[in-house]
Amino acid sequence: MKVLSRIYMFLVFGLLYAPIIVLVLFSFNRAGSFNNYSEFSFYWYKELFRDSTALDALKNSLILAVLSSVIATLIGTLAAYGISRMRNRYVKTVITSVTNIPMMNPDIVTGVSMMLLFAAAAAIPFLAVEMGFWTMLIAHTTFNLPYVVLSVLPKFKQMDKHLTEAALDLGCTPAKTFLKIELPFIMPGVVSGLMLGFTLSLDDFVISHFVSSSDFKTLPLYVYNQTAHEVKFSMYALCALMVFAILLLMILVNFVGSGGEKTKKKKKKTI
Amino acid sequence: MRKKTFLEKAAAVPHIVWIVMFIAAPLLFVIYFAFTDANGTFTFSNILNLSNYGEIFLRSVLFALVATAVCLLLGYPLAYCMSRLKPSTQKAVVLLLMLPMWISLLIRTYSLLALLDNGGLLNSLLDKFNLPAVKIVGTRGAVILGMVYDFLPYMVLPIYTSLSKLDIKYFEAAEDLGCSRIATVFKVALPLSKGGIISGITMVFVPSISTFYISQKLGGGRFDLIGDTIERQFLMNNNKNVGAAISLVMMILILISVAVMNRFGDDDGGEIIV
Amino acid sequence: MKKKLIAVLLAAVTVMCTLASCGGGTDKGTVTLYVYNWGEYISDGSEGSLDTNKAFEDYCNGSEEIMALTGGKKVKVNYSTYASNEDLYAKLESKTVSYDVVIPSDYMISRLIKEGLLQKIDTSKMENYVNIDDKFKNLYFDTNNEYCVPYTYGTVGIIYDTKGVDAKDVEDQSWALMWNEKYEGNILQFNNPRDAFATAQFYQGNSVNSTDEQTWRSAAELLKKQKSVVQGYVMDEVFNKMKSGSALIAPYYAGDFLTMYEDNEDLAFYYPKEGTNVFVDAMCVPANAKSPELAAEYINFMLSEEIAIANAEAICYASPNKLVFENEDYKADMAEIHEDVMDILYGYNDENMEYFHDLPDDTRNLMNDLWEELKIDSGKGYVVYIVFAIVAAAVILLIIIFAIRKKRKALAY
Repeated sequence: MKVLSRIYMFLVFGLLYAPIIVLVLFSFNRAGSFNNYSEFSFYWYKELFRDSTALDALKNSLILAVLSSVIATLIGTLAAYGISRMRNRYVKTVITSVTNIPMMNPDIVTGVSMMLLFAAAAAIPFLAVEMGFWTMLIAHTTFNLPYVVLSVLPKFKQMDKHLTEAALDLGCTPAKTFLKIELPFIMPGVVSGLMLGFTLSLDDFVISHFVSSSDFKTLPLYVYNQTAHEVKFSMYALCALMVFAILLLMILVNFVGSGGEKTKKKKKKTI
Repeated sequence: MRKKTFLEKAAAVPHIVWIVMFIAAPLLFVIYFAFTDANGTFTFSNILNLSNYGEIFLRSVLFALVATAVCLLLGYPLAYCMSRLKPSTQKAVVLLLMLPMWISLLIRTYSLLALLDNGGLLNSLLDKFNLPAVKIVGTRGAVILGMVYDFLPYMVLPIYTSLSKLDIKYFEAAEDLGCSRIATVFKVALPLSKGGIISGITMVFVPSISTFYISQKLGGGRFDLIGDTIERQFLMNNNKNVGAAISLVMMILILISVAVMNRFGDDDGGEIIV
Repeated sequence: MKKKLIAVLLAAVTVMCTLASCGGGTDKGTVTLYVYNWGEYISDGSEGSLDTNKAFEDYCNGSEEIMALTGGKKVKVNYSTYASNEDLYAKLESKTVSYDVVIPSDYMISRLIKEGLLQKIDTSKMENYVNIDDKFKNLYFDTNNEYCVPYTYGTVGIIYDTKGVDAKDVEDQSWALMWNEKYEGNILQFNNPRDAFATAQFYQGNSVNSTDEQTWRSAAELLKKQKSVVQGYVMDEVFNKMKSGSALIAPYYAGDFLTMYEDNEDLAFYYPKEGTNVFVDAMCVPANAKSPELAAEYINFMLSEEIAIANAEAICYASPNKLVFENEDYKADMAEIHEDVMDILYGYNDENMEYFHDLPDDTRNLMNDLWEELKIDSGKGYVVYIVFAIVAAAVILLIIIFAIRKKRKALAY
């Protein structure tokens, strides 16, 4: 039984990884073909770095991911604070369910609806909206919002209300109470919302596909554009680099994470 | 009751403004376009003409169902095996499972195409050993395979999460009481991981039914799904009204099915880890 | 532990951002020229060729005249690509993006002119305009040379793989090859209605500009019949498919055949005897262009000898530029790719070749509707999948019901 389950796991993971491994291996193939492996070379990587659009796309992706996740975290955290204090249950439900729409909806519908909004705004002369950085930022912030609210709101609910009330009674201003008492408590939720937003934004293709222009292309859009035309092996090099980056990041996270856990345990022991 | 402070009252305002402008308003535009023609006059014809697209809706639902079932059948045993590993190995295996989720869907789909295409690696290997070539790309099976390949981790992870929360003692007790290993899976693990199964199903079904990249690349554009049709209306045919009508219907269908699924598993939903 | 992790991540991201912005920072003193072109349609510097857009930037930044035009700001080219005329039209019509130079084909140019989406260009001010062969002036879609400057021209033919296609099947040089059931799953078709319908219309001997509903319907029938033998509907994906031998038969442009032939010498090409499509792609300036003067400079630059030859050699399409097709070096370079190059590109018999014309609205709508029908059509072998899906639905339901029932029972205890 144990052997059987090992074999099964090995098989499924093998299938899951086969295409990715093939892609990484062949990105080093100088011949640029799947039919013959001529020699191991970094040729396609050099070609990739000659391509300034790929590097621009990387830069754009990072800028967009950072900005949209930070904005979404700011708005979403404040919103969670406000929602947790709302007394009207009806209003509360309406707000949270509207917020959750982008999370439940298929991405394509969110993308299309945003596109219709921006197209309508483009028709208004003094607005003159054009697809580009701003439309992308708005769209990404919008689909990040529900994830932030969803990860922060439960923290407010878990919090002991008497703590804040005590602080207020002892003469703290509401703003100070928020900063000194509540913010530290909800911080884990805020951080996980931020991270979630960052990764989602970095990865998003479908919504960006509908609200972007050539002015501001992100990495997934660049990859899409490459695969819609003749695919050169420099694209595989790019993909391989992304796989490496993610691998590195995950190892790093795990390493730092487990290191942190150990110190925590030690602390507990000393106490 | 204490009076609400200004901060408490105002905190949600930016959020409310934002969601009204960028979540509610866009959806109203979808509804508006779905019920008007190219000149902006009110009409039901877009919705009524959707019967032309019946086949597409049917096909998308079929493909998504098959993909979901295959993911469930493949994924459940995997999640179960994973949850019975040593804790230290578990951690590594979960990491192994999450790595593909971090890699862009476009890249994974395209690498699958590069592997399976008639002139791809698989066939050139088969050719070297003088075996007959396999034609996968451009068939319905390829589209479903693509969905399964892309979304399998989304099925496994929630199921694994809810299984790993279970106390190992349940299984030991069942086995001590004479349950066979297989029976333990069915009688103990399955009912207790219901939340994970439900959220796994939703997380595979929704992206499968609305995908367009997978069917374009692996299906060669021969088997258009709802996603392809919407994309074509907006970015090629320039027919916003029909596109909006299709989007609206799909959205309603999905929101209903998600709501139904959530009712099934409302007590302990498997959480999403990213 | 989590905080530490986040700190590391955020620090990494910040560093990367600053590095990235240092690397390719766009300083405020630039003017961007937006060029929107077909994919694989310019010499882009890959594999040691000349980088046209880079060359233009250098040329502008070194020219006093152009610097005066931009007010001393540097010129940057933003280059992006589309896969079909219809994609381009949808973008221009939505008005949510603006481009300075676009390169549509003949019939799309006449539609864009009709709908006021292009602006006039003063060709008399372009010093290199004289390089254009007279044959390509006063064309039907722009009779007074007011709106566009030809970039390339070419024809559609059938590309096939000699390794997989029997010589006797191509003997009669007909469109029939694309309907040959022997090659089921190995045939590609255009992924846009205008070109796809044209293949069927030429095969049937009808005009591609017909306004007779019946000819369009019969063409649609023919395409539906073809669907079961087609591997996929593609545009530029055809390059990888044909180069790697993933498909055997595809209709595509003569110039692109040469590009593919460079990598796969098993490929061959013919012009179907029933006739085929000939087109001119020309550079235009959209009505909402932000820098039309700079766009005119770009177009003029594209006509200069060195650039035009580099482009013609990179994309292998026929050039309407006299300095190109009369140039001996160009001829020699092209002959290295394929011995019949001049015949394929320039020496064909255009007796039964036809230009696309912009269709009247109702014919175009009919074509689009028929194309939708073709895309919806599911073809053969559907029943199996319905059975599959029912089984799948049953499995999912069973598992859910099983899971819930047990829980209810457990609760009852």
